[in-house]
Amino acid sequence: MKRGFPILAIVTALLLSFALYEALIVAPTEQTMGNVQRIFYYHVPSAWTAFLLFAINFVASILYLIKRSENADILALVSAEVGVVFCTVVLITGPIWARPVWGIWWTWDLRLTLTLVLWLIYVSYLLLRRFSTGGKTPMIAAVVAIFGALDVPLVYFSIWFFRTQHPSPVIGAGGSLDPRMAHVLLINWAAFLCLAWLLCWTRYELEVAQRRVEESQAMESLMEGLQ
Amino acid sequence: MNSMHYLYAAYIATWVIHGTYLTILVRKYSRIRKEMERKPSAISNQPSAGI
Amino acid sequence: MSFFAITRATLAKDIRLEWRSKDAINAMLFFALLVVVIFSFAFDPTAEESRRIAGGLIWVAFLFAAVVALNQTWARELRNQVLDAYRVSPAPANPLFLAKAIGNFIFVSVLEALMTPLFIVFYKLRALGPGWELAPIALLGTWALVVNGTFFAAISLRTRSREIMLPLLLFPFSIPALLGMVNATTAVLTGEESAKFWIALLLAYDVVFTTACLLFFELVLEAE
Repeated sequence: MKRGFPILAIVTALLLSFALYEALIVAPTEQTMGNVQRIFYYHVPSAWTAFLLFAINFVASILYLIKRSENADILALVSAEVGVVFCTVVLITGPIWARPVWGIWWTWDLRLTLTLVLWLIYVSYLLLRRFSTGGKTPMIAAVVAIFGALDVPLVYFSIWFFRTQHPSPVIGAGGSLDPRMAHVLLINWAAFLCLAWLLCWTRYELEVAQRRVEESQAMESLMEGLQ
Repeated sequence: MNSMHYLYAAYIATWVIHGTYLTILVRKYSRIRKEMERKPSAISNQPSAGI
Repeated sequence: MSFFAITRATLAKDIRLEWRSKDAINAMLFFALLVVVIFSFAFDPTAEESRRIAGGLIWVAFLFAAVVALNQTWARELRNQVLDAYRVSPAPANPLFLAKAIGNFIFVSVLEALMTPLFIVFYKLRALGPGWELAPIALLGTWALVVNGTFFAAISLRTRSREIMLPLLLFPFSIPALLGMVNATTAVLTGEESAKFWIALLLAYDVVFTTACLLFFELVLEAE
């Protein structure tokens, strides 16, 4: 791994610890929900990070279709996978927050439902990549990623309208945010972005190494076959 | 104080998820690096494909 | 040959082939009937409740029937190595896709036409809202399932566990369309809301994905 990696790892660890301290100690206690509200500092940045990663997947997929560059394909794979990890965190912290506050584990509110659908779309994208045989997997995956991106606004509007017809509790909607809370939120987001970068970098190097090993194995069996 | 349990559960769940993923990645990576070191000739000194 | 001529020819050939393999059609029809009966056993509501949930039930039943139908149609092409012939020929890929999609649409519509009267009878359904709206809902909804279904079925051909790959891909992507179909149908049956937004959503979904499928089908066919 290149030299910047250990530096990023240390910075990430420090930033995450600092962000944790801010979230648990420094941030003011919310009036109606109490200390449980602090889940917000993990739930929301994870969601933003997941959406950002999925956007990167979209751009990388388009890049692949235009340039057929292997790096673009690997970036698409990596951003989808790490995006699903962050998405999973959102889907787990959401219900854990909802239960004590509203007494229910799940609510079909806009943000949570959208996150669930995105999670489903990208998990199926990853499964397609895993199950696909033949050398043109990157191409097919890129097309499916674009379909996913096209789907997102449709998903958003369908859930939004459904919600206006059948309102339900909304997780995490504030009115305006106390500036001290916004401060802590941004610190946590910065920390999670560094974590995302770290995870992506690791996954990227892993994928490059795996592909190189596979290529050399294929080369070996080809050579043996010729002898 | 019951609500504090939920707070800790959420934070711990987040760390378990990220930690598990990172551990899996690092383990796979060291395994692959060992395999690459085992057969350095196959990977770095590939004969040019005169096929 | 022009685009539409190729489409028409391919479609005609598909229909002829499907008609000749009557076993498959009969099996599918019986499957459709079974689905309705099982659902009726599983969900046995009063007439009042049934209007509220029938929309969802019917479309889930249609979705399952569509998946079974979709899995069949490409399998035949693959068996006869027709896809390879298409790849080699200079003909463009889009007419092939359109023909397949329309063929699937006809097939699934036949299944729906069989299942609907049964649902009406078992659930004592009656539309309290504007019943004519059910026609565009059925058309747009079925097309939404079939257009993406045909595309993803083609993608699934070169995967392991091909039959499960199709629903794995289709279901998440169809969620907005499903919301549209189900809520539009429920709105018409209960007469409590307007289905207009949902019909518009279905239309938008169909336009977006039909365009996307036509644009990208060539790439996917090449990639096999």
